[in-house]
Amino acid sequence: MEVIDGNSAIAEAIKQIGPDVVISYPQIPSISILESIASFIANGEMDSEFLNVDSDYSAMSACIGVAASGGRAFTATASQGLALMHETLFIASSLRLPIVMGITNRALAAPINFNADHSDSMAQRDSGWIQIFSENSQEAYDNIIQAFKIAENKEVRTPVMVGIDSTFNFNVHENVYVQTNDEILEFENKPDSNYSILDIENPKTVGSFCTPDYFFEHKINQNKGIESSRKIIKDVGREFGDRFNRYYGYFETYKLEDAEFAVILMSSAAGIAKKAIDAMRKKGEKVGLLKLRVFRPFPYKELRESLSNLKSIAVLDRVLTPGTYGGPLFIETMAALYGLEKRPLVYPYIYGLGGRDIMLKHIEDTFDDIKKSFNNEKSNFEIKYINLRE
Amino acid sequence: MITLKELTNKEDLFVSGHGLCPGCGIPIILKLVLRATEYPIVISNATGCLQIASTKFPATSWKLNWIHSSLGNAASTISGIETMYRVLKKKGKLQTDTEIKFLAIVGDGGTNDIGLSSLSGAIERGHDFVYLCYDNQSYANSGGQRSSASPIGTSTSTTPTGKVLPGKLQYRKDITKIIVAHKLPYVAQTAPWNWEDLYTKAKKAFDIEGPAYLNVLNPCPKKWGIPSNKSIELTRIAADTCVWPLYEIEAGKNINVNYKPENKLPVTEWLKSQNRFKHLLNIENRWIVDEIQDEVDQNWKWLLKQEKRGINN
Repeated sequence: MEVIDGNSAIAEAIKQIGPDVVISYPQIPSISILESIASFIANGEMDSEFLNVDSDYSAMSACIGVAASGGRAFTATASQGLALMHETLFIASSLRLPIVMGITNRALAAPINFNADHSDSMAQRDSGWIQIFSENSQEAYDNIIQAFKIAENKEVRTPVMVGIDSTFNFNVHENVYVQTNDEILEFENKPDSNYSILDIENPKTVGSFCTPDYFFEHKINQNKGIESSRKIIKDVGREFGDRFNRYYGYFETYKLEDAEFAVILMSSAAGIAKKAIDAMRKKGEKVGLLKLRVFRPFPYKELRESLSNLKSIAVLDRVLTPGTYGGPLFIETMAALYGLEKRPLVYPYIYGLGGRDIMLKHIEDTFDDIKKSFNNEKSNFEIKYINLRE
Repeated sequence: MITLKELTNKEDLFVSGHGLCPGCGIPIILKLVLRATEYPIVISNATGCLQIASTKFPATSWKLNWIHSSLGNAASTISGIETMYRVLKKKGKLQTDTEIKFLAIVGDGGTNDIGLSSLSGAIERGHDFVYLCYDNQSYANSGGQRSSASPIGTSTSTTPTGKVLPGKLQYRKDITKIIVAHKLPYVAQTAPWNWEDLYTKAKKAFDIEGPAYLNVLNPCPKKWGIPSNKSIELTRIAADTCVWPLYEIEAGKNINVNYKPENKLPVTEWLKSQNRFKHLLNIENRWIVDEIQDEVDQNWKWLLKQEKRGINN
């Protein structure tokens, strides 16, 4: 057990996995992940190559080069850096390169801000990457370990980004179970990649020009990778649990089984939501939580099963996507539930932009709100903003 | 020195069937460059004429390992590949015993504009690779727009000549000198009219350890407005007018000017040979011709002076 923050937990996982190349460009606050790794290398604790590059755009481009050469590549970024990578993210996933990236989720400018929100990752939701979100340091560590195994699976071969909320300005140190190096190596069991553009005996043309004759089929083939990950993510999460006693699936439910009302959200706000639910349960309220871990691929079938018996649901998005009816999590949840004959009422909420606090009372108010709406006292399906100054 | 006959007998690693235009300099440049090393080459090619024309799926003109990522990142892509090569070599996991050479191929738009940071970073980090810029002085693949390598006065699709404007109003970026400022082991400027010069420089670039940069003037019949059967010999006028001097800088210090015309021609000989410049010969644009002549003369003087004194003196 170590007492560390989320970025250190990610660095610790990377030290144990020892990717071939770690690529670094400074962004606040993800850079501390890379600084820790640089210091491990400087002290001989790991022997990965470390590349300091000229931009996040070059960082992802170098990851593409490493992965296309059969190597394990890791980088970390946040916010503006992730936005600058946007173009190359599509290339990495289309070329089926199993890159793993840590994201300290941070608001996108303007105005510039260093605190938690999901606008950076959500702007990449169609980039073809698997997207996993972590509630705390422990999950960040566990998710990074699992990410390589998911990404490198032969059926999957799709890059993975693992998010953890920015804790800039905070000092959130938590207890983290760190497995031994041997345990991690045994779990990873990395197969030697047989696909490499350094394989000079078998010349390859990677990244061709493609006309309408073939483009559509290429994209459908690519999609098979992330679709295959649905099973692999579950398998890897179960194997991880069997080995280390911490089980993972597409999402975590908290007191949801008999709940009538639920909140859905991702990442760090789950902690306060669980506390609010405990408090309300003591008063006899049937409330619960669904914390989504895997946003891509979106687990629509499993959500249907878990949510169908609820009366109403508040979907809390930590991102504002201007001009849409609710945030991405709301829209996707609505789409998933629409096929049900009897479905819960679903309400869109936006919270926590640029690191705005969300507290116990906000979760309680939200539950009260959807309860009233359900009971038709004041049915209102418009977007609501939590803890926004009037 | 290798003979042309010996060169022709070497295997072609870039084969026919591609869609490059008749008279385009790229295949000729490429065939010389790819013959300049005995070792296998892995290529990172930026988006552009060459990439599009040579890899129309499911066909390919490449008989070696080749990757394309995007327009602005060929240098950072090859740095990832070259790094992985070093990792595998260190761990003894390379599938081959032979040394591998790394080559980034990029047009002038991807070099001077959108990929400059990627290129500069890869050179600064000291990766062992050759960067080949085929400089046709415009964004030819997307239809001939102005790049920062287009010379002053050029008529391009985004700086067209019109009733009030004479084409591009700014000087071209001297990318070779920008690269020289990185103090890398080898920088050279060359052109396909002089195959021996081009081949020798490519060979030096591959042989030297660390980053090497080649800037090659690439004639573009379509966008320059020249007959396709004259494109290669036309690049000689660029050397005879000193518009495109052939020179090299070794170890960031010694500069060799590799071709000195016996009879240095006025720049008008270069300008009048191409449709993209022909409006400059009109009397009202005389000032632009004077500015070009002045810039060319100053640069030529500077090169000859530095050849004697060394680049840093």
